[in-house]
Amino acid sequence: MSVATPAADAAIARAASLRDTLAVSFRDEAVRSIYAEATRIADRAAHQAGDRRYDFDQRIDRIVTSPVFGLPLMAALLAVVFWITIVGSNTPGVWLASGLFWIEDQGAALFTALGLPWWATGFVWHGVYKGLAWVISVMLPPMAIFFPLFTMLEDLGYLPRVAFNLDFLFRRAGAHGKQALTMAMGFGCNAAGVIATRVIDSPRERLIAILTNNFVPCNGRYPTLIMLATIFVAAQFPPALASAAAAGAVMAVVALGVVFTLAVSWALSRTVLRGEASAFTLELPPYRRPGVLRILYTSLIDRTLFVLWRACLTAAPAGAVIWILGNISAGGATLDQHIAGFLQPFGHLLGLDGVILLAYIIAIPANEIVVPTMLMVYMGTGQMTDVTSFEDLRRLLVDGHGWTMLTAVNLMLFALLHNPCGTTILTIYKETLSAKWAAVSALLPLALGFLVTFFVAAIWRLFL
Amino acid sequence: MTAHNCDTCVVHAELERMGLSLDRFDRVVALAGNPNTGKSTLFNALTGLRQHTGNWPGKTVTRAEGGFEFNTVRYKLVDLPGTYSLLSASHDEEIARDFLLFGRPDATIVVADATALERNLNLVLQVLEITDRVVVAVNLLDEARRKGIDVDLRSLSRDLGVPAVGLVARTGEGLHGLLEAIDGVTSGAVATTPLRVTGTPEFQHAVSELVPLIEEAVPGVPNARWIAIRLLDGDAQVEEALRSGRLADVVESQTQGPGRFSRKIALAGAQ
Repeated sequence: MSVATPAADAAIARAASLRDTLAVSFRDEAVRSIYAEATRIADRAAHQAGDRRYDFDQRIDRIVTSPVFGLPLMAALLAVVFWITIVGSNTPGVWLASGLFWIEDQGAALFTALGLPWWATGFVWHGVYKGLAWVISVMLPPMAIFFPLFTMLEDLGYLPRVAFNLDFLFRRAGAHGKQALTMAMGFGCNAAGVIATRVIDSPRERLIAILTNNFVPCNGRYPTLIMLATIFVAAQFPPALASAAAAGAVMAVVALGVVFTLAVSWALSRTVLRGEASAFTLELPPYRRPGVLRILYTSLIDRTLFVLWRACLTAAPAGAVIWILGNISAGGATLDQHIAGFLQPFGHLLGLDGVILLAYIIAIPANEIVVPTMLMVYMGTGQMTDVTSFEDLRRLLVDGHGWTMLTAVNLMLFALLHNPCGTTILTIYKETLSAKWAAVSALLPLALGFLVTFFVAAIWRLFL
Repeated sequence: MTAHNCDTCVVHAELERMGLSLDRFDRVVALAGNPNTGKSTLFNALTGLRQHTGNWPGKTVTRAEGGFEFNTVRYKLVDLPGTYSLLSASHDEEIARDFLLFGRPDATIVVADATALERNLNLVLQVLEITDRVVVAVNLLDEARRKGIDVDLRSLSRDLGVPAVGLVARTGEGLHGLLEAIDGVTSGAVATTPLRVTGTPEFQHAVSELVPLIEEAVPGVPNARWIAIRLLDGDAQVEEALRSGRLADVVESQTQGPGRFSRKIALAGAQ
């Protein structure tokens, strides 16, 4: 585009010679005079009436950022957020599912009454529409609860305290303390977390933050975790403890994600991205009362609907693909059975199955559609058409498709450790402008996911 | 939205929030300031948009643009990431710096935190070094009141040589005064005499000698003065940008709007 000009070189050379005519510390003088001027003006304009410096904020901070209570308090807060999400999304999810699938039946009946061919009914209602219905009923309730709660903590001013509490861990891992902030953004959306790494000024530490952002589960992955925690983990406990156990299981996965974030950051900063952690300053802003109505509005209308819309955009074509795969037969079996059958041995090795792996392949554009895809493929085989409660789901998975506790545990692990979604990979490419790092960011977690699930499956089968 | 007071009623009479309709605008106004001083909250209050806000420094990492109309003049408002200084290194702070230097805004609003005025004034003074058309918006007056801090805006305005207005962006208090100041400064009705921390005569001489050389190297570059100071300082990054021609590209890119992609991500949660 632009060409270097001799004029540029001339200006640089002149600057160098002029520099010699100035006192050595001329720029320090300039900076110092700016500071002096700022002090003078501020002293004249701002007056402190009385001494109220030891205010309420600092007393709270002494507990929230204390070396003893800081981390446990943080874990407890997050667990409460998950618990509310799980308890709150249980019933509405079932209502949504029964309502939306009732519409499916009515729509299909209408098509048949109109005399449309069976494949048109199937493609539109049992394919495209069903995909959408699943995504909405699985995604909407947890998101509509989690987003506002998380934004509430953010508005209150809690995130910088999180960064403060985790700083010593990231520093020991050779990473930047602000990575705690970008990690926290990853809980909402990993693509957003990757963009948030712009606050990190060292390129090395920024790259570490980008490559490890995917190790915390995003909103698209909570529904998977919540569903599995509810129907497998919680079922092992008496009803009174069930939702707490489910929240605990989700918390354990998240904690594992943080451990992986730190471990991989540590490994990267000692191998390919070698270097020391840099120092930085982080302001702890005052606690501010969250604007509850504004938060509800922005997190429900802007974020929830936006993310749901994105999920729907991928769910509709995915639903179509699954319907086609499930309705074209070759050699006595449908196409999805062929593919799942082909993936089955590898899936079994990882403690999963072929259908789960197929779902993860179809869900590369957006993680939100993993569970819907999986269920649609399972139910396409016909022995069950209606799932209206978690108990139905459990029966479908355990009795119908041979799931065990191992399948559930390993799927939760795999939901945490696998390639980022298409949007995130694209964002990583745009932020790093490097196909190499984008590829590493996709393959590194996937390889870890294979490894971890493989070993868990092997050990499980050996001892249990 | 939360409680309105009479201050905002007046605003409603004359301020029209234009959201994303930016196809036709008369003046460009940039929003600068230290991190977490409420720039995005002010941006939302003026444009009616819902740029994601949050109570932590570093929330905004991209440039967001929105529109508003005041006294029949249409403005494009550019929300920038927070920055402590124009000499900063991280990518988000570069975005802010590049727009302030090369985006040719008709006015720059520097949002300052009333509870930490001294620290915030460092950036104000740096911005005054590069442009005359500045409005200082002293935000978070409510928190300052709670802490027992009283800010004398007249004294501040007199010392800085540019309008200084008090603000509570969250409730809309003081918006009207800010809008009038923006109107006055962008139209030229309010003449500013910004305080400049000038340095020694030798330094001034060196700068004025370099400016024409830089303008020859990068024709049409705004703020050649700032580049001259950086060159005198021996800033390797600026030298490289000038030599490789990247500086011209940066200048040119400032007049183009931000990508749609970043706006989508903004709503999804990045900022």
